[in-house]
Amino acid sequence: MNADVAIQTEGDAEISRVALRSDRFRLEREDDWARLEQIVTQMEKGHSKRLSDEDVLALPTLYRTLLSSLSIARENSLDAGLIDYLEGLSLRSYFLVYGTQTSFGRWLKEFFGGGWSRAVRAIQLEIWIALFVMVAGAAVGYALVAGDSDWFYALVPGQFADVRVPGASEEALRGTLFGSEDQEGLGVFAAYLFSNNAQVAILAFALGFAFAIPSILLLIHNLALLGAMLWVFAQRGLTVEFVGWLSIHGTTELFAILLAGAAGIHVGRAIAFPGDKSHLAAASAAGKRAALVMVGVIIMLICAGLLEGFARQLVDNTAGRYAVGYGILLFWLIYFIGAGRRYRGSGS
Amino acid sequence: MNDKTAVEPWVRRTATPKLDRIMVSPEGVPLNVTIAAAGARAGALALDIVIILSMIFFVTIACLLVLWGFGVAFAGNPEEFNGPLGVLAVIWIISVFLFRNAYFLYFELGDRAATWGKRAVGIRVAARDGGRLTAEAVIARNIVRDVELFLPLVFLMQTSTQETASSFTAWAGFIWVLMFLLFPLFNKDRLRGGDLIAGTWVIQNVKKGLGDIVAPTAATQTENDTNPASRYQFTEEDLSVYGEYELQTLENVLRAGSEEALETVASSICQKIGWQPGTGDERIFLEAYYTALRARLERGMRFGKRRKDKYSQSE
Repeated sequence: MNADVAIQTEGDAEISRVALRSDRFRLEREDDWARLEQIVTQMEKGHSKRLSDEDVLALPTLYRTLLSSLSIARENSLDAGLIDYLEGLSLRSYFLVYGTQTSFGRWLKEFFGGGWSRAVRAIQLEIWIALFVMVAGAAVGYALVAGDSDWFYALVPGQFADVRVPGASEEALRGTLFGSEDQEGLGVFAAYLFSNNAQVAILAFALGFAFAIPSILLLIHNLALLGAMLWVFAQRGLTVEFVGWLSIHGTTELFAILLAGAAGIHVGRAIAFPGDKSHLAAASAAGKRAALVMVGVIIMLICAGLLEGFARQLVDNTAGRYAVGYGILLFWLIYFIGAGRRYRGSGS
Repeated sequence: MNDKTAVEPWVRRTATPKLDRIMVSPEGVPLNVTIAAAGARAGALALDIVIILSMIFFVTIACLLVLWGFGVAFAGNPEEFNGPLGVLAVIWIISVFLFRNAYFLYFELGDRAATWGKRAVGIRVAARDGGRLTAEAVIARNIVRDVELFLPLVFLMQTSTQETASSFTAWAGFIWVLMFLLFPLFNKDRLRGGDLIAGTWVIQNVKKGLGDIVAPTAATQTENDTNPASRYQFTEEDLSVYGEYELQTLENVLRAGSEEALETVASSICQKIGWQPGTGDERIFLEAYYTALRARLERGMRFGKRRKDKYSQSE
């Protein structure tokens, strides 16, 4: 004990002999800085588990002490090297103290427990706009092909138009809707569909960045294709069967694309008409909300891919397809309208 | 908020003062940050693309190897071959999707908020408002990457293979995608489209060690006159010729300068204050002068008087 005191006073005497006040300031505090630097370095290397509890608890205190040291040094010291060091260390520890602290699991729980549905409800207006655009697109596609069946070839890319062309027989069309396809390939097909659709949805969202117009065009184009196809089947009295074939996965997939488009329009609208916020602030608020919706869209598209790849081929009758498709649609609607309401009151 | 004079009035911080910004921490302390230069961003991106491509390449090779293994195993009956083939194809499609979309997400959500490419060039993502970098922000900034990066790549490949596209549509499309790709060059914060939407920016990492005390020999006062630096005594007049800028230049020379630089600086100071330059003793002379000058300027600082450089008078 006595020896400690002796060393302590000896150190103090050492410091008090230093000529410059700002150097004394530094010598008195540099042990704390070095400790903080060591903690920060460990955490940056991803070794935060190796730190002792003491160090982890000390981090916020050391960080605040460092910030006050920095403020004092800026006013009192002309040692540029010292100030540079303090600036750098402050920034590094700031990023750790205010880093992304939610774990993936907790974030996911919050996301499913209301974050997702709240975000969807927040872009309601854009969902109605996107829905209107999609219905209009389908109607235009239908009307164009009904007026002149040559439009079909302009709207539908070659890969879909195998036998499903204007003037095809009822037998041929029915064959595309029912009948067991090669069941071995279903998993691959589902994965391919998911990857493809997810990329389309991401595109629909990302294009919203350019004032929403490309998003809207993409929605119109995709739905016009659908409308044209509907006309082909309607000509042979297969409307109900075609809608059933489409519904089993389409309720989920089209809903997801609707949400992606709406999210894109939401961002585009925020950039074009930011309201009383600045353009940048409005864009980033809308972008974060839309990002949540987009994570949900990807999840919905995984479901849609599975339904399209497996359920559509396995449920081979129209009634069953309607039941599955609209049952799932009902589930989505209840989830989006209902989930996460109770958090609203308690100040989120 | 971006008023640079608020924090560090007279110090040149980096080689590119155009990229210096101030970010206010939640405690209210302004922190100096430096925006990552466009070149660093491009370099990091190029590295990331190479990493993603090589990941895809290795997965493809691994799949092919397994396939070859199955081919040997099922050589007799190709009927049973379809099952494992399907599983492999699913794995391949899903992993390519993940590499393309989740690589950036995973790394930017980590503690260092930087992909491998960004780490290599020493930059990271941060929230523009000084708050926490949220998961939503990282998702938003990376989802837009699709139009900015992959779309132009796909577009370029298509136009180079398809002869049918008319030159007008090709050029219009090219300019459109180029607009997104070059977006960071057209704003002062080097924001990408994704940064704009997510409220983030990309800044340089700083890693500076705490150097020694600048002038160790002159720093300690001793009662007896054993300290060689105490041979030099400067008058107020000798010290009033320089300001903070010169002090920090002298600090740099003392910290890193060669013997030659020391000699040059010592002789020019001697000339300025009308002393006869001695030889062989430059470092001790400079340390003594540095300490005396800094003591004088810091004393002024405590009374609110600062002097920028030798041309200005103290305020």
